Amino acid sequence: MIAAQPETLVQLAILIPLAAAALIPLFHRAPNLRETVTLVSAAALALIVWSLYGPVMAGARPELNGPEMVPGIRVALKVEPLGLVYALVASTLWIVNSIYSIGYMRGHDEPRQTSFYVCFAIAIASALAIAFAGNLVTLFLAYEVLTISTYPLVTHKASDEARRSGRKYLLLLIGTSMVLLLPAIIITAAVAGTADFTTGGILAGKLSPLLMTGLLALYVFGIGKAAVMPVHFWLPAAMVAPTPVSALLHAVAVVKAGVFSILKVVVYIFGIDTLTNSGAVDKLIWIPAATILIASLIAMTKDNLKARLAYSTVSQLSYIVTGALLATSLGVIGSGMHIAMHAVGKITLFFCAGAIYVAAHKTEVSELTGLGRAMPITFAAFTIGTLSIIGLPPFGGTWSKWYLALGAIEADKLAVVAILMISSLLNIAYLLPIPFRAFFGRPPASAGAAAAHGHKHGHGHAHGDGKIHEAPTACLIAISATALGCIALFVYPDFLLDLLKQIPLR
Amino acid sequence: MTGLDEHLPILQILVPLFGAILTAFTRSGVLAWTIAAIASAIAPFISAGLLMRITETGKPISYVMGSWAAPWGIEYRVDLLNAFVLLLISLIGLVSIPYARKSVATEIDSHKQPWFYTMYLLCLSGLLGIVITGDAFNAFVFLEISSLATYTLIGLGRHRRALLSAYQYLIMGTIGATFYIVGVGLLYLVTGTLNFVDLAARIGPAMQEYPRPILAALAFMTVGISLKLALFPLHVWLPNAYAYAPSFATAFLAGTATKAAIYLLIRIYFSVFAVAIPFRQLPVTEIVLVLSLAAMFIASFAAIFEQNAKRMLAYSSVAQIGYITLGIALANKMGLAGSLVHVFNHAIMKTALFFALGAMAYRTGVLSLPSLSGIGRKMPVTTAAFVVAGLGLIGVPGTAGFISKWYLALGAIEHGWTWLVFLIVLSSLLAVIYVGRFVEIAYFREPSADLAGVREPPPTMLLPLLALAFTTVYLGFDTRLTGGIATRIAEFLLGGFTS
Amino acid sequence: MTGWEVIADHYNYYVTIFLMVAGLYIVIARGNMIKKLVGLGLFQTSVYLLYLSPGRIIGGTAPIIDERFSVYSNPLPHVLMLTAIVVGVATLAVGLALVVRISEEYGTIDEDEIFAKDEDQ
Repeated sequence: MIAAQPETLVQLAILIPLAAAALIPLFHRAPNLRETVTLVSAAALALIVWSLYGPVMAGARPELNGPEMVPGIRVALKVEPLGLVYALVASTLWIVNSIYSIGYMRGHDEPRQTSFYVCFAIAIASALAIAFAGNLVTLFLAYEVLTISTYPLVTHKASDEARRSGRKYLLLLIGTSMVLLLPAIIITAAVAGTADFTTGGILAGKLSPLLMTGLLALYVFGIGKAAVMPVHFWLPAAMVAPTPVSALLHAVAVVKAGVFSILKVVVYIFGIDTLTNSGAVDKLIWIPAATILIASLIAMTKDNLKARLAYSTVSQLSYIVTGALLATSLGVIGSGMHIAMHAVGKITLFFCAGAIYVAAHKTEVSELTGLGRAMPITFAAFTIGTLSIIGLPPFGGTWSKWYLALGAIEADKLAVVAILMISSLLNIAYLLPIPFRAFFGRPPASAGAAAAHGHKHGHGHAHGDGKIHEAPTACLIAISATALGCIALFVYPDFLLDLLKQIPLR
Repeated sequence: MTGLDEHLPILQILVPLFGAILTAFTRSGVLAWTIAAIASAIAPFISAGLLMRITETGKPISYVMGSWAAPWGIEYRVDLLNAFVLLLISLIGLVSIPYARKSVATEIDSHKQPWFYTMYLLCLSGLLGIVITGDAFNAFVFLEISSLATYTLIGLGRHRRALLSAYQYLIMGTIGATFYIVGVGLLYLVTGTLNFVDLAARIGPAMQEYPRPILAALAFMTVGISLKLALFPLHVWLPNAYAYAPSFATAFLAGTATKAAIYLLIRIYFSVFAVAIPFRQLPVTEIVLVLSLAAMFIASFAAIFEQNAKRMLAYSSVAQIGYITLGIALANKMGLAGSLVHVFNHAIMKTALFFALGAMAYRTGVLSLPSLSGIGRKMPVTTAAFVVAGLGLIGVPGTAGFISKWYLALGAIEHGWTWLVFLIVLSSLLAVIYVGRFVEIAYFREPSADLAGVREPPPTMLLPLLALAFTTVYLGFDTRLTGGIATRIAEFLLGGFTS
Repeated sequence: MTGWEVIADHYNYYVTIFLMVAGLYIVIARGNMIKKLVGLGLFQTSVYLLYLSPGRIIGGTAPIIDERFSVYSNPLPHVLMLTAIVVGVATLAVGLALVVRISEEYGTIDEDEIFAKDEDQ
């Protein structure tokens, strides 16, 4: 670990990905050097963020203050335990994802790879700025930069479908954040006289219960990245992006930025006690709770693998929002854990989906029958990811569901516990059949031939023998790493748990 | 240097005015441009000097013309408000002039180029004059100097519709100026003075005796100035004028002309009528608020469906002016500060956008949106700068537009109208649509065959554009110049007034 | 004062208002561009009257300091209107120049016909 002033580390955490974004175009004509820049900065970034773990556990809260943007509010960064969890997840998975991207993008001969890596690095920088934001305005700034920097990634294919999805993505995310979140922030700043994230919240006693509920609703729907129904449509639309984008951004960085923001607002702007006392959470918690169930049901109907995973993500995100709205200490811990656990599990699943696409050009669940024999590593990893998402031991997802359920009991909301249980059953119903079918189904006779001809992009040459092979090695390394991560997080959850217990709630 | 220092206020006008006379006698476009460049380069230093002196001493600078003491003579009176707008206008002149050389050389016949620069300098000195003068009638004269120059600039556009647009603007602009002067006349009849400061002192007592002429004067002046600043629905001259004027003229006017008129409205409402009369005796808040909201929404919709890129931005200007007048209507500290911030920010952003379009026109010769398909691949830097300024229009955080909206929203809350916050942000969503439409056309369509040899514009055009795009972002973070000064201006303009 | 006296006392204002409205009407109602400019001129003329008529005092002289005169007319409105007349002439000149160019380009100076010609393209 690096021994440096924590403030310097925070600065570096934002600057390194930005520097990468500036450097990458210089190596436009030397792809190997270009990818080296990405990998080195990803590794450096992870190292730096992990170096913050020790100081933060020891009680340090490094701060950085920039210029005053709007009256009384500066651009400010402040590291606190919750943000560090998100930063750890995003920065660590960026390494794995970069390795995977190289395999995927090259294996797939994607065009415009330079701009892809540039936008990716900017997205990571803004994700870290969200993680370390010291007040609502800084958070909002980074939130919007994240949306805009991922727009070119979503529309990477530049097809008509990509353009349409891009529209949906931009209009829903910018729309909700501009029309609901921004007024919420302005009202908060006007009412509280500050927008700093403060222990115990800044709104205690300043709003009537009704207005408190309204304001919380503005945040819950305004933070569209959390994909609470009905503002979830952008997420399935974003699946048109190349798989590494779906994997890191739409399973980890972007969506977790959303739920993380809600969690942060609940803990540091409202304060869990204020929320509980006002009764706001009792009314609103049923919206994410319903989202959990409805999204699971929709996921069951989707045959497209990435669409099914997308709806699964919508459902899982609402676990975190529900946990936040429980407004209890265990609920917050459960939510924080689920940010990490779901991230590792879901990125595995997306990696696998991408690997299947690169190697076999299959996108539909029904086409996967029997594929497990040709791609054993991929589907083994898929199984691990699935089980972690469902929440079965010995995989990481177990812990977060456990704490969420405890939080629900602590809040005396047994209905939420029931919803969590039902949802786990639904998870089994829509995820587990996929590896099951791949391993135990009988492949149709024409599977190999279809793979060689059945796609539009002209990559059939790699499969001239009609047989399907495993994905490129870079992809397999990434897949194995995250799958093992699911197991490791079950065995060693303490470092996360200790960090989350540091969150000052009152 | 002390002697020259004393005369800064009059030099602000005289430098471009003498430049105009000199250019009128030149026969070469390059020479005329050089003179214009020198005059435009000096002007911002004078404005900055004035602004610095005022912030240092905290007192307004008074300059008496020909030693005729005010209120009999014409007084130039520079306080923080004038200095702020002067700086804006002269800065836009400064960044425009390097851009002008190539753009004007391609769009204007060479024998007309010296005249073109004469008109530009007359327009610049007229606009600066409106802002610097402390005399209501003198303001009218400068208004007409700048307007007449503007009609000519617009009429020099290459399309024949430019002539028609210039004519229509001439009719409407003259009506506007005449309305203003009628209002000034009525005030003169009841107070016997034309000096802004003197008027402010006498209107209060005169209100007891002659309330009706004073209110009528206010109404005349409001309508007249609203025509010049293109307040909805008096904006109909603007879209065509901006669309058919030469690229350089559009960019310069978009950043300055309406802004000077907005300054005049603020001066009349807040200094001359001392806030209380317009906002207590007349329902100015309600009327201007409704018109501003109509501008924000209707003009934005018009921009969404517009096929000509310049006219799209022109409608967007009408919408953005709606934001500015909205803040005036709120008549409280944050609202008025928001207006002033947006005057500055919008001038920077809109000039950048028109620069970008002008650069595209310079290379491609076309400006209809469909024919700009794929321009993002041919002119990546220009298009990127356009997108940055476009994000500013939307009000994305990290750009200047966000700061404006924040202030305006605080103004709405200060007024107790939280619902207005939602309307303000909702209308920025419409900007997402028209900026997004341009992005889709620029990046997602294959470049047509017509764009085959198109590349980035020459550095003299590109650098001013990049400077403004950078400023758009810079002003999104460092708000000492905009927000800081605007808040101080709002405080002294409002005095103890609470709406 | 009776109603008639009020009107008689302020007759200059009624003339002003008449000229103003008549000028404005011509600008709006006429399609011929020259006639519009004529209307605009009339409209501006009304302003001259608005300023000048109250500045004139019956029996007053030009403001010359001399023992023989004690009543002066206010000179300022005259000066102002001199400027306004210059502005008006300049506006008319620019307007007429534009009409000449429009006539060259379109072959007509009627607004409706011009719009029709642009529509055709």
